[in-house]
Amino acid sequence: MTDVKEKGPEVTLTLPADTGNGLKTQEMIINMGPQHPSTHGVLRMELTLNGEIVTKAIPHIGYLHRCFEKHSEAMNDYAKVIPYVDRMDYVAAMNNELGYAIAMERLMDIRVNDRVEYIRVIMAELQRVASHLLAIGTFGLDIGAFTPFLYCFIEREKILDIFEKASGARLLYNYIWIGGLMNDVPADFKSDTAAFVKSFRPKIKELNDLLSMNRIFIDRTANIGVLPEKVAINYGVSGPSLRGSGVKWDLRRDDPYSIYDRFEFDVIVGKGEMGTLGDCWDRYIVRVWEMEESLKIIEQALDSMPDDGDVQEAIPKKIRPPAGEIYCRTETPRGELGYYIISDKSTSPYRIKARAPSFVNLSVLPAISIGAMVADMVAIIGSIDIVLGEVDR
Amino acid sequence: MKTTEELHRLLSAQFGDETCELKPDEKVEPWIVVKPEVIRDVAKFLRDEDGLRFDCLMCLSGVHYQKENELGVTYHLFSTSEKHKLALKVIMPEDNAQLPSVEQIWKTADWYEREAFDMFGIRFDGHPDPRRILCPDDWEGHPLRKDYQVQEFYRGMKVEY
Amino acid sequence: MGLLDKKYQDSNIIIVSLEKALNWARKSSLWYMQFGLACCAIEMMATAASRYDFDRFGIIPRSSPRQADVMIVAGTVTLKMATRIKRLYEQMSEPRYVISMGSCSNCGGPYWEHGYHVLKGVDRVVPVDVYVPGCPPRPEALLQGFLHLQKKIMNETLVVGINPDKPVVIQDKGGDQIDIANVDETDEHKTAQIEFPQQDVKRKKEGA
Repeated sequence: MTDVKEKGPEVTLTLPADTGNGLKTQEMIINMGPQHPSTHGVLRMELTLNGEIVTKAIPHIGYLHRCFEKHSEAMNDYAKVIPYVDRMDYVAAMNNELGYAIAMERLMDIRVNDRVEYIRVIMAELQRVASHLLAIGTFGLDIGAFTPFLYCFIEREKILDIFEKASGARLLYNYIWIGGLMNDVPADFKSDTAAFVKSFRPKIKELNDLLSMNRIFIDRTANIGVLPEKVAINYGVSGPSLRGSGVKWDLRRDDPYSIYDRFEFDVIVGKGEMGTLGDCWDRYIVRVWEMEESLKIIEQALDSMPDDGDVQEAIPKKIRPPAGEIYCRTETPRGELGYYIISDKSTSPYRIKARAPSFVNLSVLPAISIGAMVADMVAIIGSIDIVLGEVDR
Repeated sequence: MKTTEELHRLLSAQFGDETCELKPDEKVEPWIVVKPEVIRDVAKFLRDEDGLRFDCLMCLSGVHYQKENELGVTYHLFSTSEKHKLALKVIMPEDNAQLPSVEQIWKTADWYEREAFDMFGIRFDGHPDPRRILCPDDWEGHPLRKDYQVQEFYRGMKVEY
Repeated sequence: MGLLDKKYQDSNIIIVSLEKALNWARKSSLWYMQFGLACCAIEMMATAASRYDFDRFGIIPRSSPRQADVMIVAGTVTLKMATRIKRLYEQMSEPRYVISMGSCSNCGGPYWEHGYHVLKGVDRVVPVDVYVPGCPPRPEALLQGFLHLQKKIMNETLVVGINPDKPVVIQDKGGDQIDIANVDETDEHKTAQIEFPQQDVKRKKEGA
């Protein structure tokens, strides 16, 4: 864990002294997005350029503002919020559901049995692998490498098959409920998952050969968009983007929820192997090795998962939590997902606020993109790995 | 690692009893209510004082208390070195919802304060860029207020189903 | 040459109407505009990627609206985005098609009631040719939508004033002159009209 003992950093948004070669051109403002193919959705950037160098970047968001918080207040049942939670970070729906279910269970003091916990952890880790695969694939696509995208999607489809067998859906599952699961996993869940883990492990090495150690890829990402550790903490950046800056911080280990304290796994941090610590390549490689750690967790969970237990035994008949407030956070593939829930003793939430990791991670973009080339903007946005559904909610 | 009660004792010693008030919550988490005018000083104290070191603002949320005609802002703080958490709350009357910005202290607050303005109409003094963030600039009203009435048309497009 | 191999050894002349040949060429290279809005965009990407493989239908992504034939509205259209969608549609060159993918862009989806910032159906802004239901639709459903669009393209005609959705009668007037005209709508076609009220009326009028 980091020891930030001195005072908080003064973050200034000024151009580094050594950019450019003294030549000046007319300043130009260009608009990137909201339908730019590499903005991962509908992000709009207003870039002020000096030649090819970005002197100022203003992100404009809200193009996918789907009123999650209004919906969760208007639904007259806590359980009806779960489908909307899915649609927030649609690449990692299981993790969102898990975070919401844990927050509600803490508020209502519900204990779930071990089988439910193990299935939840396996699902969440599989989803983490799937989400990282998508992030890596599209990051390669942004940089100009098309093939890794196809390779990543082959593996991602296998994970979606496992989810589909269990929940019936490919993308948005509504599987993890408050106090349990929608239904038990199918009989061949264990063997399917074990087979996937076995087949996927060599693929990580293949991916490294294909993309991570590719000279062109390294040249496009190393030393680009450097995010120093103290700036990252001051901006509240979390998840792989924070760990890429060398901060050993993972809520699964540092603030354990569910049963994560029972598993052995490493927290991967960036080391600045290819350039400066905290550059795009570091953020990328953290995701690659995190998939390996997720596989470790899945294997341990499969070994010790109990075979009997009713997955619906703790589901409350009527969800009516006591009056109170809770802030509960979990680690999703993008970082710290927190739910701030205010209950007024009725059947519907008085207020639900989602602390979305992508929203906070994206706010650091103006600070780290100053002095970069326009083409580097694509790499920086890709390396932060935002999902616009979560940024705008 | 300090509990909210200890933190409250420290804050009252620094800023006086009347500015901050401990609200115990029997069920989940207690929180401290702070007067709006001192929130920036409290925030700076919490970030920089030895033994507190709240270097991370996890979440900033606006809340509308319709019965009391009040608007609130909740700050969830966390210290990565001391590993303690704190929930701070600021309560303001609905017709004069105004408080100092903490954007200079935690950069996370930049976008969250814009969001709170967009959704609740809470104004943050000293914020460098006080615009709407999620809704378009020409949007009417603040959607997450409980008495919000949605506008009928937006730029010629019907809003209701 | 695959299927055509050794089929036409004696002569290489195929007789087909110009309309059909043009439509066949157009339907076999539908370039869609690559932009995603929300959850459906992930399924659109999955459709383009390894297992489902759009490319075998000649459907490939283009990043610029000027080069695209079809726009897939993949996801929730918010009011802030709707004006941009409209502009993107206007930037595409004719003939252009719109596939509305997913419940959100069909009718607002799960956000229809309390979604103050969601446009309840993209057909309020741009004309839609094919609606693909689902939340999100599976890749197979999107492929089905494309097959329907291909069918629609095959039915289009070059002749002015002809509505391809209505029955057509051709009269030989002797010499080179022929007369092509629509006959009156049958009951069957009237019900079809009610089912798809949002089709591009302008395009129908102009005939292509």
